[in-house]
Amino acid sequence: MQHALSGVRICDFTGQLAGAGATKWLSAFGAEVIRIEDPVRQGRWDILRGMEPFKEGQRGLDYGGGFNNHNTDKLGITLNVRTERGKELLTELIKISDVVSENFAAGVLEKWGFGYSQLKAIKEDIIYVSNCGFGHQGPYSQYKTWGPIVQAVSGLTYTSALPDQEPAGWGYSYMDHSGGYYMAMAIMLALLHKQNTGEGQWVDLACTDAALTLNGPALLDHSINGTPTPPSGSVNSNRSQYLNMAPHGIYRCSGDDNWIALSIRNQQEWSALAQYINASWTRDFDNEDYRLKHQDALDTQINQWTCNFDKSSLSDALQKLPVPASPVLKPQERIDIVPDTEVFGLWPTVEHSAMGDVRVDGLPVHLSETDWQMQRGAPCLGEHNHDVLSRLLGLNDDEIETLAAEGVI
Amino acid sequence: MSALRGLRVIELADEKIAFAGKLMGDMGADVILIEPEAGDPSRHYPPFLDNKSGENRSLHFWHYNTSKRGITLDLEAREGQTRFIQLIKGADILLESQPTQRLQQLGLDYETLAQLNPRLIHIAVTPYGRDNPKSDLPVTDLTLMAAGGPPWSCGYDDHDLPPVRGWGNQAFHTACHFAFMSALTALLFRNSSGKGQFIDVSMTAALNVTTESASYAWLVNGSTVLRQTGRHAATVPTGETQMQCADGRYVNTGVPPRFPAEFAKLLNWLRQLDLESALPEAVFLEMGAQWEGPFDLSLIGSDDTITAIFSAGREALKLIATSVDAQAFFIGCQDAGLAVGPINSPTEAFEDPHFKARGFHVQVPHEDSGRTYTYPGAPYQLPASPWRISRRAPKLGEHTQEVLAELS
Repeated sequence: MQHALSGVRICDFTGQLAGAGATKWLSAFGAEVIRIEDPVRQGRWDILRGMEPFKEGQRGLDYGGGFNNHNTDKLGITLNVRTERGKELLTELIKISDVVSENFAAGVLEKWGFGYSQLKAIKEDIIYVSNCGFGHQGPYSQYKTWGPIVQAVSGLTYTSALPDQEPAGWGYSYMDHSGGYYMAMAIMLALLHKQNTGEGQWVDLACTDAALTLNGPALLDHSINGTPTPPSGSVNSNRSQYLNMAPHGIYRCSGDDNWIALSIRNQQEWSALAQYINASWTRDFDNEDYRLKHQDALDTQINQWTCNFDKSSLSDALQKLPVPASPVLKPQERIDIVPDTEVFGLWPTVEHSAMGDVRVDGLPVHLSETDWQMQRGAPCLGEHNHDVLSRLLGLNDDEIETLAAEGVI
Repeated sequence: MSALRGLRVIELADEKIAFAGKLMGDMGADVILIEPEAGDPSRHYPPFLDNKSGENRSLHFWHYNTSKRGITLDLEAREGQTRFIQLIKGADILLESQPTQRLQQLGLDYETLAQLNPRLIHIAVTPYGRDNPKSDLPVTDLTLMAAGGPPWSCGYDDHDLPPVRGWGNQAFHTACHFAFMSALTALLFRNSSGKGQFIDVSMTAALNVTTESASYAWLVNGSTVLRQTGRHAATVPTGETQMQCADGRYVNTGVPPRFPAEFAKLLNWLRQLDLESALPEAVFLEMGAQWEGPFDLSLIGSDDTITAIFSAGREALKLIATSVDAQAFFIGCQDAGLAVGPINSPTEAFEDPHFKARGFHVQVPHEDSGRTYTYPGAPYQLPASPWRISRRAPKLGEHTQEVLAELS
C-alpha cells in the first residue's frame, strides 16, 4: 500500500485533542509528524500525557490512554526552545519541514521568537497553521478555551437539552474532535495551494468559528427571518429540530439504562409502526398534525410501550418494517458486541514502547489505493530524539549527548 | 486563488452529504449538484424564508448548497446516464450517498467510471460503509447518533432522563468532515501519482471515533463512562461545571483557578464586587494568591490546605456567578485568566461582537430577488486561498443548459 502523504513533514507543536487529532490523521496517511515537547516541563503542557485511562494500572507521563490514542505513529522529540541551541535546532527543523502546526493559546509561538514572520524568514514557503479557541484576531483573542468552552460559546451546548432542564451539552469535547478535523483540512488545503502556486501561508483557525458553522440553518433562520432560538428550558433536542417528525425521540427499554432512538418521518412509517404496536391508543395519533401537536402525550405512550422490550430486538424488528430506529449503544456494545465497527476495521492495535499493545480509534474511511495505517503507539517523552537529530539534522552521538547534558533536549 | 479552484465535483444530491459538497464549493471547487427531475427532498425542508414554504424558500437548502451549480438528470434513463458519464470524464471528484447497490445496477459503479477517468476520486458516504447491508436501512440524524455513540455520553446526572442527542445534523456533519478530509488526502496523492481512487466513508464509524474517552476508556481498560449534566461523561462522578448567573443564563465554569496569580485576580474581583465578606473561605483565596511555586495538584483531597484553597476557588466562582450576569462573568473570569464561557444560544453567538469582528457575517447576494442575505462565514481563514461563498444555492435545474453546453 502506498502512502498518500509520504514526503510531507510536519513540525508539530500540537497537543491534547484539538491539535493532536489533526496530525493523527496526517501521520496515519504517511506524513512524517515530529511532535516537539518541552523537556523542562516533561511535556506536561499536554495534560493527556499522564492522564487516565491507564492500561492495567501503569501510571505516568508515558502512559496516558488518551495521549496514546491521539498521537499514533508520530515521532516525539524534546526541545527546550528557551535556550539558544534549542532555537537553532528548531530553526534547522523548520527549514526541512512543510508545515508548522500548533494549538497553544494565541501568541505563544511568537513569544518564543517563532511567529509567522520569523517562520517565513526561516523558510519562505512554510505553512503555519495555528488553532486556538477564539483565533489570533478579534476582541477575545487573548481568552482561553477548551472543548466545552468552545461548545458553550458557539451555541452547541445550548442546543443539546431536554425541556425544563438546564442545558445537557455534549458529554465530551465534540469541538476538540471537530476542531482537529478542521485543522487537518486547513493543513491539507494549504498543502494543495502550495502544490499549485508554491506559496505558503498562515491559517488562523478558531475552533469557535468552526463551531458556529455547525448550526447553519438556525443562523440563517435568525439572520433572515429574525427567528430567535427557542428559550432555554424549552429545547428538546431529541425531537426533530425543523422537519415534521413524530414520534422522534429516545425512549426507555428494559434493563439498566437501556434506550432506543426512533424517528417516524411520514404517515407511511407511522402506519407501519402503529400496526406493529397493535394497540388501540395508536388510533388517537393517526393524524400527523395531531401527532405533532401532542408529542408529549405521544411520547408517554411510546415510552410505556418500549419499556417492556429489549432495545436490540425491538430495534431489529422496527428496522424490518422499515422505520428508522437504533438502540443507544454503550461503548462496549458498539466496540465489541455489535460487529459493524470491528468488520470495518475501526479499532487497530498499535504497539506502544511502554504500554505494549493497545487498541485505538482508527479512521472511519477506507481509501482503495492509499488506505491509512496505524502501527506505532504515541511516542514516549523524547523517544525519537536520537533518530530525528541524527537522521534529519545530521548530529553525531557526542553532540546529542551534550545536548541532553545541557538540558537542550 | 481558492485552494480547490479548477477542480470539478459531481455531487448526487442527498441530505447526508450536502455539507461535504458545501465544504468543497466554498473552497473554490466547481460543484455540480445532480438532482432528479422532481428535485431533492431537502429543497422543501424548514426553516423557510419568511416562514412560508414554497419553491426556493428552504433556508436548510440555501445553507447546505452554497457555491454549487444545479442540474437535473434522470439517472434511470439512458440519456441521463450518458450525460452523467460525460460529466464524470471531466470530473475530479464524485460525491454520493446512494443505496449501496444502485450505481452498480445502473452500470455506473467505480470500476466502470475509473476506466473512463482513472483520475476520478469517488467518495461514497453510507451509514455503515459500502460493504455492510445495514447501510441500506432507513436512518435519520437521531438514529445514526444513537448507533454511533454520542448520546450515550450526553445528558444529565439523573439517569431517569434519557440520553440526549444534540441538534444541528451533527451526525451528517461529522461524516462530511471525514468525506472532505479523505478528498483532500486523495487529491494530494493524485497530484504526485496521477491516480484517483475509491473512498468508503462510514457515518456510524465516524461518530464512533468522535466520542473522546467513551471509546478509548473502553479500549484501554474496559471502563465505561457515564453521562453527567453539562460536562464530560466520566467513569467516576466529577464536580459540576455549569452554573446559572444573575440574569438566568448559564455559564460553563471550565477549569477552576490553579495558579497563584489566578487566585490573586479572583480575590481582587471579589473585593471589587464587595463580596469578600460574603465568602467565609476568602482567607484561603488569600493563601492561594500568596502560595510559593506551583501547586501539587495530586494533593487535592489529601492535603487539607491545598484542598481548602481549591475548594475556595470554586466557591468564589459560584458566588460571583450568582451576583453578575453571564457575559460579565465570562469577561471577568477570562480577564483573570480563567477559561470559562457563557452558554450562548446560536443566535447570541452569531451576534457576539467577537465573531462580527472576525468577519463571520458574510453577505450573499440573491440576484434573483434583488436581496442580499447574511450567512454564517468561514470555518477557517486561509488568506492566500480564501474560503468564499461564490454563489447562492441553485434553483432546480438552474444550470442544466449551461453545464450541458460546456460538455458539448
